[in-house]
Amino acid sequence: MTHHATQPTAPANAPAHAGIYRYDAVDRQFVAERVAQFRDQVQRRLSGVLSEEEFRPLRLMNGLYLQLHAYMLRIAIPYGTLTGQQLRALAGIGRRYDKGYGHFTTRQNLQFNWIRLEDTPDILEALGAVDMHAIQTSGNCIRNVTTDQFAGVAADAVADPRVYAEILRQWSTLHPEFTFLPRKFKIAIIAGDHDRAVIRAHDVGVKVKTNEAGAIGFEVYVGGGLGRSPFLGQKTRDWVDEQDLIAYLEAVLRVYNRLGRRDNIYKARIKILLHQTGLAKFTEMVEEEFASLRGPRYHLDPAIVAEIRRHFAPPPYDDLAETAVDAVPGTAFARWLETNVAAHRQPGYAAVTVSLKPAGGIPGDATSDQMEVVADLADRFSFGEVRVTHAQNLVLPHVRRADLAEVFAALDAAGLGAANVGTIADIIACPGLDYCSLANARSIPLAQELSRRFADPERQKAIGDVSIKMSGCINACGHHHVASIGVLGVDKHGKEAYQLTLGGDPTLNAAIGDLLGPAMAEEEVADAVEKVVDLYLARREPGERFNDTLARLGRAAFKETVYAAG
Amino acid sequence: MPLVKDGQPVENTWVTLGDGDAVPADGAIIVTLARWTADKDALSTRTAPVGVEVPGTTPAADLAADLGRLGVIAIRFPIFRDGRGFSLARDLRERHGYGGEIRAVGHTLPDQYQFLIRCGFSTVEPPDGKDPALWAAAYRSITVAYQASIGEETPLGLLRRRFVGS
Ligand code: HEM
Ligand code: SF4
Repeated sequence: MTHHATQPTAPANAPAHAGIYRYDAVDRQFVAERVAQFRDQVQRRLSGVLSEEEFRPLRLMNGLYLQLHAYMLRIAIPYGTLTGQQLRALAGIGRRYDKGYGHFTTRQNLQFNWIRLEDTPDILEALGAVDMHAIQTSGNCIRNVTTDQFAGVAADAVADPRVYAEILRQWSTLHPEFTFLPRKFKIAIIAGDHDRAVIRAHDVGVKVKTNEAGAIGFEVYVGGGLGRSPFLGQKTRDWVDEQDLIAYLEAVLRVYNRLGRRDNIYKARIKILLHQTGLAKFTEMVEEEFASLRGPRYHLDPAIVAEIRRHFAPPPYDDLAETAVDAVPGTAFARWLETNVAAHRQPGYAAVTVSLKPAGGIPGDATSDQMEVVADLADRFSFGEVRVTHAQNLVLPHVRRADLAEVFAALDAAGLGAANVGTIADIIACPGLDYCSLANARSIPLAQELSRRFADPERQKAIGDVSIKMSGCINACGHHHVASIGVLGVDKHGKEAYQLTLGGDPTLNAAIGDLLGPAMAEEEVADAVEKVVDLYLARREPGERFNDTLARLGRAAFKETVYAAG
Repeated sequence: MPLVKDGQPVENTWVTLGDGDAVPADGAIIVTLARWTADKDALSTRTAPVGVEVPGTTPAADLAADLGRLGVIAIRFPIFRDGRGFSLARDLRERHGYGGEIRAVGHTLPDQYQFLIRCGFSTVEPPDGKDPALWAAAYRSITVAYQASIGEETPLGLLRRRFVGS
């Protein structure tokens, strides 16, 4: 060991109430040791002791990718929850080591795209100083667990899913058995019927629920995943007792680790194993393993659950009456209240979604200055807490309704006032060929173009909740499979081209969109999307949602419109 | 090739035999699974201990009946990325109660050493040309663990996680 772990200290002015899991001395020790270990690995790589082949999995275990132009560092934001102070630290890293911005992703993470290898140990140390890291944001291990951005806020949830997401984070951190899996492994968890985390597109999707006796248990879906062969997760169990959560997941992971394919990286995800063995046989193997693991050794102690739940106790809300917010109809503020402000279980409060989708902007990008604005607003108005959504926006989860006008004004002044959350302009897009070494085509310029085309608020409102999601290649990082209108970058005779998919759905009724027709050139895509939307507007029944109109009219009707000559 | 045990280099007192090699009259030997399956009764009459080398793909159940007769189970890693050996070792310890030596042979990295130990491996044979000192350095590089593991017999740690190896 060439470096010793720096003595971990508590971050200064850690907010008392933000609903993050607050580290203790042991957690800090762990992260500090891990930074020291990575510093040593980088040293060994730079001096040639480690080959790139040997270094690769180690850097990937610390979220460091080699991209088209530079290294990319992906920072873990466990279940998308962070404090204002942490967001401020990210802003600082962006300014010092990147080009003054960062990119929030569909995995509720943050990516920096212009990083130097030599700087990474220092960046990780700066992250460690605010209880953050980049562990397991890449590699064939259990990745960052994602959840509902309205966890603890939404009235429709039976529990706060962050409690279990945190348990899974700890359990999966440097798991000795499951760190060299056949392929990456993603877990998402929700606690209500309204799925804001796309759990059925994950290797394992967990839904927290309660039984008649009021006890907590879990419904488990396995084998979802997008990418080249998209599959929706299938239910392997309707109920797992709270105390057996870890044992059950160990059983799933062990079956996968032993039997998942390792001969072909495109067939290595658990979805392929489940598909090839069949649900019945797969479930039987998991149950057999589970029966042997179940028991005192793997019990999740209720005392531990209670202790972790304490970290996510509701902040000290004021006792408020439910307040109506005055807004002059037709103003930007009034529009923003409609689109970006969600109900809160606490009277007098609301959850604010900060759109990172200004017209013509890059979805998910935020400058360091903007991150600081949001961090300050979090500290002043939201108990120091921020969330990242899988749709690449930020959330101030607990804003007093009486403060909404002030929050909107501050956001708007920072270029963060776009009133388009949940509309067609709330586009998801991966980094595409501007950064990504796997891309076939750029996603960013097209996302910018589409967001300009659909910038009119009246039109957004008329269209409703039709979603556009774009991926620069078949890996589907931009979730195009589960979009109403998916845009997929392909290679057509060495040129960038795009295909449309229609009819995807990210909710618990998940559906994978169908390919509409042949690939088209970049200049044709925005027109094609508009034609799809226009046909929907012209032919929908009152109140009919896009997928229902699509089902009723049939895909051929849309295909005809898009590909009609002239 | 020396082995690494508890972070220290130790001498390898076992001889690994190819399938065609004659079985020596004494001395501890490691044979392939095929040879063990064919000759286990003869091999067990020797006074010196015998062990078996298996790939990580072997189901633990295939070894279960013979565990009492095996002094070492060497699990081969074809490449460090192939994590099946971790599950096999853990299965042998946890589910089948194997108490003998489990050895990692083949391609492993020092950075995996703590994972190996926590899955029940007792020794590692570093790949050819790799300095055992790297394993010694890796032995205690991380002292915190969040899960139950071999050697930590109490129920699932999480908040009660303990320090590994101390
Ligand atoms: C820029 C570097 C990136 C690389 C090299 C990369 C690589 C990949 C690959 C190879 C897959 C397919 C995995 C499979 O099907 O087995 C994938 C899937 C995925 N990635 Fe990325 N990705 C990158 C960026 C991102 C970003 C920026 C996000 C978030 C916006 C993201 C989120 C996802 C998601 C959601 C999936 C599909 C879900 C699934 O795993 O099945 N990735 N990525
Ligand atoms: S979808 Fe393809 S182009 Fe986009 S980030 Fe993922 S791998 Fe890169």
